[in-house]
Amino acid sequence: MKSFTKALVLAVLVFFLVLAALELRPFGMPQKSAMDDYIIVKGQEETAANNLVSAVVFDYRGFDTLGEATVLFAAVSGAYLLFRRELK
Amino acid sequence: MTEEGLSKIVRTVALLLTAPITVLGLYIIAHGHLTPGGGFQGGTVIATAIALMLVAFGSKRVKKAVGKEVLSATESLGLIAFIAIAFLGMGSTFFSNFLANAGGLLGMSIPSGANPGTINSAGTIPLMNFAVGIEVASALSLVLLLIYFSGEKEGKKGGGKK
Repeated sequence: MKSFTKALVLAVLVFFLVLAALELRPFGMPQKSAMDDYIIVKGQEETAANNLVSAVVFDYRGFDTLGEATVLFAAVSGAYLLFRRELK
Repeated sequence: MTEEGLSKIVRTVALLLTAPITVLGLYIIAHGHLTPGGGFQGGTVIATAIALMLVAFGSKRVKKAVGKEVLSATESLGLIAFIAIAFLGMGSTFFSNFLANAGGLLGMSIPSGANPGTINSAGTIPLMNFAVGIEVASALSLVLLLIYFSGEKEGKKGGGKK
């Protein structure tokens, strides 16, 4: 029973992986500078932010910033763990 | 006044400087979508105010003013607010900027090209700047406090042995 569940989960994961792989663009399809040009041309209009760096960090690549903030959280947790004796 | 910390001159100057440093940090966070800077940079500037207080006054008085528990709570709160704002955009996608160019709060459009911009624009970007700013300021202050406590204890131990 357990192995059957495992196999089912694996099958579902592989199914979605194959689905995602089929949806990928052809190799080398977006030109090297396509993303940069899009953000430079449309960024100010789309996000209404004059600071394009903020627009990229908090809007276009918000997921990246979430990881950064989580890394900081983990670092503080580590510091807390390291110095727990000193906090009595 | 026999207490830890530096001399009265240093303490006075530190008190004078702390408020402007904190205001500068808040300014950098609030104008993150208009001028260079943002949540990470402004939060770091606010943390330097705590560092100045620690050096000038010693850890006991800083501990009384800002506790570790409070900083720990605000740090978690900042991260949770960041994720919550990201989830608010789930109408289309995770992290979608649903307030920008929508009118109303933070939704003003700006003309393209060089312009000073307005603070009431950019949608969720200023909110996320504030969330990240709170998180970074508390996190760095917490690390500074922890390291300062441990250093003080080590110093006392070393002094006792001699």
